[in-house]
Amino acid sequence: MISAGKTEQLPDHQRIVITGVGLTSPNGNSLADFRGALLAGTSGVSEYEIRYFGKTFAGVCDFDVRRHQTRKDARRGTRAGSIGAYCANETIQDSGVDWENTDKDRVGIYIGVTEHGNVETENEIFEISNFEYDTKFWSHHHNPRTVANNPAGEIAINMGITGPHYTIGAACAAGNAGLIQGAQQLRLDECDLAIAGGVSESIHTFGIFAGFASQGALATHDNAGEASRPFDMNRNGIVVAEGGCLYVLERLSDAKARKAKIYGELVGYAMNTDATDFVLPNPERQTQCIHKALNRAGLEAEQIDIVSTHATGTSMGDSLECEAIRNVFGKSPTTFINNAKSFIGHSMGAAGSLELAGNLPAFEDGVCHATINIDELDPECALDGLVQNQPRESGKPADYILNNSFGMLGINSVVIIKRFTA
Amino acid sequence: MAPAEIREAIIEILEDIAPDEDLSTLEDPKAFRDQLELDSMDFLDIVMELRKRYRVQVPEEDYGHLNSMASTVEYLTPKMEDIAV
Repeated sequence: MISAGKTEQLPDHQRIVITGVGLTSPNGNSLADFRGALLAGTSGVSEYEIRYFGKTFAGVCDFDVRRHQTRKDARRGTRAGSIGAYCANETIQDSGVDWENTDKDRVGIYIGVTEHGNVETENEIFEISNFEYDTKFWSHHHNPRTVANNPAGEIAINMGITGPHYTIGAACAAGNAGLIQGAQQLRLDECDLAIAGGVSESIHTFGIFAGFASQGALATHDNAGEASRPFDMNRNGIVVAEGGCLYVLERLSDAKARKAKIYGELVGYAMNTDATDFVLPNPERQTQCIHKALNRAGLEAEQIDIVSTHATGTSMGDSLECEAIRNVFGKSPTTFINNAKSFIGHSMGAAGSLELAGNLPAFEDGVCHATINIDELDPECALDGLVQNQPRESGKPADYILNNSFGMLGINSVVIIKRFTA
Repeated sequence: MAPAEIREAIIEILEDIAPDEDLSTLEDPKAFRDQLELDSMDFLDIVMELRKRYRVQVPEEDYGHLNSMASTVEYLTPKMEDIAV
């Protein structure tokens, strides 16, 4: 393990920086558009209907699939693959890497996913239902579409990347987990450039909506844009979203050598496990995970400018995360706290990386985007630094952003990004 | 279906499985693979779509007949001549 408190003392080839961002979210298909929507209070949640389940809400992305994929590849592959191909191409372009002359054998792809294969399996079962469930009508595309590495593998094929590619199955902690995996592989010299983050196609499986509904954890509301309402007294569940956000990660030495634009440095991270329940979070372990990330970065809670929360809009989940945040940041008056799911819903495997991205511009403008849809703040979620409904300016660029991302089976992840100063 | 109608049915299938291709210049006697970017999975798509749309079974040992448009139509004519348009 890289020792705590030593990040800036590490040699540049062990320091990991973000040099590219490519994303699609329900309210923007670039970091600039996404950030603009977050500052403007623009929701990306819309009315949505899916087979068997019926009408609900979802965060739906409208990026141009054809921008980076042929129609044939989009048809043959999966929605997660298309989201991945879009984000990967966008992040490489954004990074300014000389892609044509990059050794593709030294590029690694590390993609967090909450789940994969449900969409494609449901589609095939529906298809053969039109043929009296005769499996002779089951598609030969089923297996390559549903293997767990599919989203990462589609990116590799799309971009001719021959280094390692795989997905990291980490429930809704996956976006952070992908980022962490990328950083670790760079430090191990397994690659020279990592495309890392998370993607989600989950709105295309009826099962996820039906499952949350049966669990009493799917949001209902009169208005789509107000359905996702973490920390509000009248929150009643999750709005499922699709999306993706992939970063270019590089060693600081490489980023400096090519004079890259640096969004920030990954100075701390941690993952741990509740080991207590299938769905109910454990604030003690979440607290521990945040402390571990702070320790690895050598930081005190008071040094964190923005905490990007995981809160999904469920009654218990939000309260328990607030308990964990209070445990760590209860005496940290300068730490602002926000939530992106209130704008776009829960983008599942993409959530960790997407929500982090929405905060990165605070390293320049010092603005903490809000948590919207808080009409009546739940006293259990009344954190001192919670930024409610309107963005808040701190008067100086943020120095540290801490990003929470938690998932079922008690998987917890935290990353800390530092504003890069040469 | 007459041979011309079978050809049109194949064109419709190709439009779906090879949507980036210009099929208007397809030369019937020439192999599909020499004119279109089709791989083995695409040929399986042709077989699957024939099964789904027309309930026509193409056994594996006959896949070679799907080499070109001309050979495909010739092979399918006895199998599809009783299918109403």
